[in-house]
Amino acid sequence: MSYGPMHRKEDARFIRGRGNYTDDVRLPGMLYGAILRSPHAHARIVSVDTSAAEAHPKVRAVITGQTLAGLNLAWMPTLSQDTQAVLATDKVRFQGQEVAFVVAEDAYSARDALELIDVEYEPLDAVIDARNALDPGAPVIRDDLEGRTGNHIFDWEAGDRARTDALFEQAEVTVAQDMIYPRVHPAPLETCGALADFDKVTGKLTVWCPTQAPHAHRTLYAMVAGLPEHKIRVISPDIGGGFGGKVGIYPGYVCAIVGSIVTGKPVKWMEDRSENLMSTAFARDYHMRGEVAATRDGRIQAIRVKVLADHGAFNGTAQPTKFPAGFFHVFSGSYDIEAAHCEVTGVYTNKAPGGVAYACSFRVTEAVYLVERMVDVLAAELGLDPAELRMRNLLKPEQFPYTSPTGWEYDSGDYPKALRLAMDMAGYDKLRAEQADKRARGELMGIGVSFFTEAVGAGPRKHMDILGLGMADGAELRVHPTGKAVLRVSCQSQGQGHETTFAQIVGQELGIPADDVEVVHGDTDQTPFGLGTYGSRSTPVSGAAAALVSRKVRDRAKIVAAAMLEASPDDLEWADGKWSVVGDPSAGRSMAEIALAAHSNLELPDGVEGHLDAVTVYNPPNLTYPFGAYICVVDVDPGTGQVKVRRFVAVDDCGVRINPMIVEGQIHGGLADGVGMALMQVMAFDEDGNHLGASFMDYLLPTAMECPSWELGATVTPSPTHPIGAKGVGESATVGSPAAVVNAVVDALGPYGVRHADMPLTPANVWRVVNGDPFRTDLAIP
Amino acid sequence: MQVPATFEYERADSVTHALELLERYGPEARVVAGGHSLIPMMKLRLAQPEALIDINGLAAELGRIAVEGGELAIGALVRHAELLESATATDLFPIFRDAERVIADPIVRNRGTVGGSLCQGDPSEDLSAVFAALRATAVIQGPGGTRTVPVRLFHEGPYETAVGPGELLIQLRVPVAPGTGSAYEKVERRVGDWPVAAAGAVLRVEDGVIAQAGIGLTAVGAAHFCAPEAEEHLTGRPPGAEAFAEAGRIAAEHCAPSADQRGPADYKRHLAAELTRRALATAAGRI
Repeated sequence: MSYGPMHRKEDARFIRGRGNYTDDVRLPGMLYGAILRSPHAHARIVSVDTSAAEAHPKVRAVITGQTLAGLNLAWMPTLSQDTQAVLATDKVRFQGQEVAFVVAEDAYSARDALELIDVEYEPLDAVIDARNALDPGAPVIRDDLEGRTGNHIFDWEAGDRARTDALFEQAEVTVAQDMIYPRVHPAPLETCGALADFDKVTGKLTVWCPTQAPHAHRTLYAMVAGLPEHKIRVISPDIGGGFGGKVGIYPGYVCAIVGSIVTGKPVKWMEDRSENLMSTAFARDYHMRGEVAATRDGRIQAIRVKVLADHGAFNGTAQPTKFPAGFFHVFSGSYDIEAAHCEVTGVYTNKAPGGVAYACSFRVTEAVYLVERMVDVLAAELGLDPAELRMRNLLKPEQFPYTSPTGWEYDSGDYPKALRLAMDMAGYDKLRAEQADKRARGELMGIGVSFFTEAVGAGPRKHMDILGLGMADGAELRVHPTGKAVLRVSCQSQGQGHETTFAQIVGQELGIPADDVEVVHGDTDQTPFGLGTYGSRSTPVSGAAAALVSRKVRDRAKIVAAAMLEASPDDLEWADGKWSVVGDPSAGRSMAEIALAAHSNLELPDGVEGHLDAVTVYNPPNLTYPFGAYICVVDVDPGTGQVKVRRFVAVDDCGVRINPMIVEGQIHGGLADGVGMALMQVMAFDEDGNHLGASFMDYLLPTAMECPSWELGATVTPSPTHPIGAKGVGESATVGSPAAVVNAVVDALGPYGVRHADMPLTPANVWRVVNGDPFRTDLAIP
Repeated sequence: MQVPATFEYERADSVTHALELLERYGPEARVVAGGHSLIPMMKLRLAQPEALIDINGLAAELGRIAVEGGELAIGALVRHAELLESATATDLFPIFRDAERVIADPIVRNRGTVGGSLCQGDPSEDLSAVFAALRATAVIQGPGGTRTVPVRLFHEGPYETAVGPGELLIQLRVPVAPGTGSAYEKVERRVGDWPVAAAGAVLRVEDGVIAQAGIGLTAVGAAHFCAPEAEEHLTGRPPGAEAFAEAGRIAAEHCAPSADQRGPADYKRHLAAELTRRALATAAGRI
């Protein structure tokens, strides 16, 4: 009764400008922080002179790496068992790295004082191209780590190498393709920042911060800084977009906390746009070589891939501990492939740390891009239609649950149905006919298909943790005497509409209107522990917790209702949102009636407490596996290389849709992201390590002008492992769409013999590809 | 948070007052109109002027668009959006409509000004190419009165213009002649971006031959934003695809693009030719 399209409860404040973001929070006596950053990609710090800054009349404190070293806080652990400098002590390792922190009475003075700090650097050679990171003689970036003589971080593999290689040896057809998924950035509208308030009297630290994982932050602050956890409160107020870039703890957060402890005042630090783009979590930067073995009639037998992963100067990727390449090994995709193998090598470079962000589902983005490009490369080799080739190889509905060659257990799906629906919506055969006509006239039109399978909703806890914290989420539900409810959850919305969706889940389970359910989140003093919102895990994990905690309340309500109806609980049934005696639905008791009775003078059976409250923690038995079929149509101007996305058809299956309107909104955003990545977004660096995308003039976000009117379709295959059959959708479109756009452009360039082109497909890049002279998109254009 | 360094602020209530303020504050003062280049540069601390002289209150003197004495006069304080919406300007010269539709975005166009765009002197600026193609004249006022400078001599180098420290650009004047067609073609990576390359074309045809051609180029290292060799090639020839293609080729040969993240030099040179050709063809169709 509560599922279905419903306006978002949170929109009332957002569209009135009444949201409450971290930068909106103001405390009496609050001071302002600013960070001095490295102009060099790699340099030794010879000296730091802060005397002039300290003499500034409005400066209250200047904190350097040396200050922090005295507190044993100059380095902090990353989410990938590495360490990261909070403020540099020995060297700077990427342009934009944090060197000093100024606390002043206003933001202007803090910024002025940065110019008074004199840092002497001794520049060092930098490692910019990941492909040179392992060269003998390459500068060693992490000489702070004992025994390090090179830039190698890890080697990791998945799948069956011997079986895969054997299939390749016998194969009728093999294809190979090098490709870069370049470094991009989630670029949320709200940058990162923190307001730290350490109360010396109570010993309590309160941190306002746009974090996607407030509870994890609290526990890590306790573990790292030795502060007692019950004296730490993390408040994540409204967040202006996260996309995975607000999972980790950034040096600025630690600086704000230290600044507050040192000055005894609240200290606010908000980074600016350039700081956000230069220093916070980037995404991707995977250099891949994919290979596919197939029969001549288009049956894919094996796939293998080698990846060189650029992790930047500190290995700070946020993903389950066991998986240093995230979920990349889901790269066999949506196809019935006998064997698969991948090898991933992670390296340090003189760039910002990160790698898992931008709605990537722990690198399913890279995996889907790889396999979907490779299928098109194979289609070109075999002279087969790429949709037809996919149809021949898609997993069949009867194969689910399906264990993939790299060990994933896909829960459910009807892949051919989704692809057929997308093709019908697009009018696929007509489009191909139009393309043939246009080609005859010398016009370039392309049709790109991609099919993706996502793996979202981490845990289970036994396989998935972050720094030892299992990936589960809690929920608490209270029903007040008048039947209104408050749900408290551990995940934190960054725009996903949790206050609405989760209210609808509770409403559905309890038979009350969603408007009668308040959802509380983002405050560690107000909500139960859990790992937070990323990897499309809110609905798969917290949504499940919300349903299960509601069912606990419903079970409790049954006992109360039985007392009200003077019947045995065993004789009651739940129907039409009421508990009633079997066969007598007219005398049923609604949740509001039961709630009031629970708190009234009604005599309850011995041992039954008079309330309708419950608590749960949901530890998912498996991931959920949303999927979808996307078709993109582009027109390319051969004279200028400009690409116009004319149409985009997206069929998504994310299981049961709680609020289809929110689902569609999420898909719209993800598709726009995909167009952005495919056509314009990249963080390139020049040979000295200068960041070439440090503002929105250089790092381009797509606008409505670049986006067609999205054409959405849906199939619904409920997840068998999720209590309400939902699968998560937040990242599906970002994962699935870049390949569709790139496949469309490459398809358009077919007459030139083009089989691959790296993102972003800017006009210049397309023109160079057409002329057989592509450039490296991730480096400075020569 | 991006915050500028300290600066003085003065609001001018007349052109005379603005000139007085410029004299009082000296060469470290900057005039602010729309502020869409200057303010971001100040917030990034790439520019740290000691004083800002705000001329936004001078619309009565500097905000007019009118045809006077055979010339289209455009005040320096005319906003991009006003030029785009001015039938007077765009009916005479559709090149204004073409260009203004692809300059930045509506929010910037509502504030940004024609004069500010030219005075910024950015080598990738669109209107610099438009006015170069139109062979406009810049009117500059200083303490001693006004003087005029052909717009093709207005830019003395990247971010350098003929406007002296105590002076103010007050108007652009464009000669109006019958038989004229004009157009602008731009390639950008995304709507609102600066051009990868752009070309403007103005053609005046008399008795079936081109009496005068104006070609403006931006972002490709064309001296003074124009292509005189290509213009010369066209003069006296009948308009046509072959002549336009050759003019594009010549224009490309004489520009000096440099590589940046918008594209490599060879691509920009190619665009100089391709967009010149396209702009000429469109301009010819509008005569």
